[in-house]
Amino acid sequence: MSASLGPYGGFIVAAYLSALVIIAMLIAWIILDRRNLLRLIAEMEKRGMGRRSRHGEKQA
Amino acid sequence: MSLIDLANPSRFLALVARLLPWLTAATLLTFAAGGVAAYLAPDDYQQGATVKIMFIHVPAAWLGIFAWVLMSIAALGTLVWRHPLADVAGKAAAPIGAAFTLMCLLTGSLWGRPMWGTYWVWDARLTSVLILFLMYLGVIAVWRTVEEPARAARAAAVLTLVGLINIPIIKFSVDWWNTLHQGASVIRLGGSAIHVSILIPLLVMVAAFTLLFVTLHLAAMRNEILRRRLRTMMMIQADATA
Repeated sequence: MSASLGPYGGFIVAAYLSALVIIAMLIAWIILDRRNLLRLIAEMEKRGMGRRSRHGEKQA
Repeated sequence: MSLIDLANPSRFLALVARLLPWLTAATLLTFAAGGVAAYLAPDDYQQGATVKIMFIHVPAAWLGIFAWVLMSIAALGTLVWRHPLADVAGKAAAPIGAAFTLMCLLTGSLWGRPMWGTYWVWDARLTSVLILFLMYLGVIAVWRTVEEPARAARAAAVLTLVGLINIPIIKFSVDWWNTLHQGASVIRLGGSAIHVSILIPLLVMVAAFTLLFVTLHLAAMRNEILRRRLRTMMMIQADATA
């Protein structure tokens, strides 16, 4: 492929690959972060830690 | 749904859940169209096929600047109006803006080597974009080191507004100083200097990258709201066990 892009094909391919890697890392970070947060929230809820409503009940 | 309704995180999350599939589909379609258009675009008469790097370099540069302007608006929301979602928006935009600025620097460097004979030169445009990247890292560091979210939001907002000075410097650096980097060619008085056969693929790629940014930003904001919910739950648990 780089041969059809002329003498500087390697630079063009490297530029597109670096962009792809950065975008892939961004998407992976957001997906993994969400999975981790949902897992931790589910664990807290399983332990009976709801949000403000439960806090209010405890204080009442 | 009015703008004020979006201040409610639950309503914002519901809206994001509805929007994200459509935004993802629109991003993929626009990237497909932009990719085909970029592949079919003719070589530049001087730069040859290396002009294809422009189709990712220019959108990355645009988003590096756009994200900082967005963070500055969010910073005003934090400092002036204390809008509940403003610091969430600012915090979520910083790593994405940093990533696109890094992409701009890397692709520019890979374009510079064959065209200028060097990967890097300390000219005003390249240096001011490097400063933008370092300022992104500074904002991310503030968010990570200041534990209390409201204090972190105020500190990050002040830093963001100070850094806004760099945005016109980036834009006009090529006019104010002699730079190896070329002058403005897309947005300038007298119209674009780029031939329509290259300009159209470039604009489609700019649209695709912008849609990608909006999609990623909304998803990152959703994560940040979840992170704050988790923090609240952990504080309640700490209270209960104390």
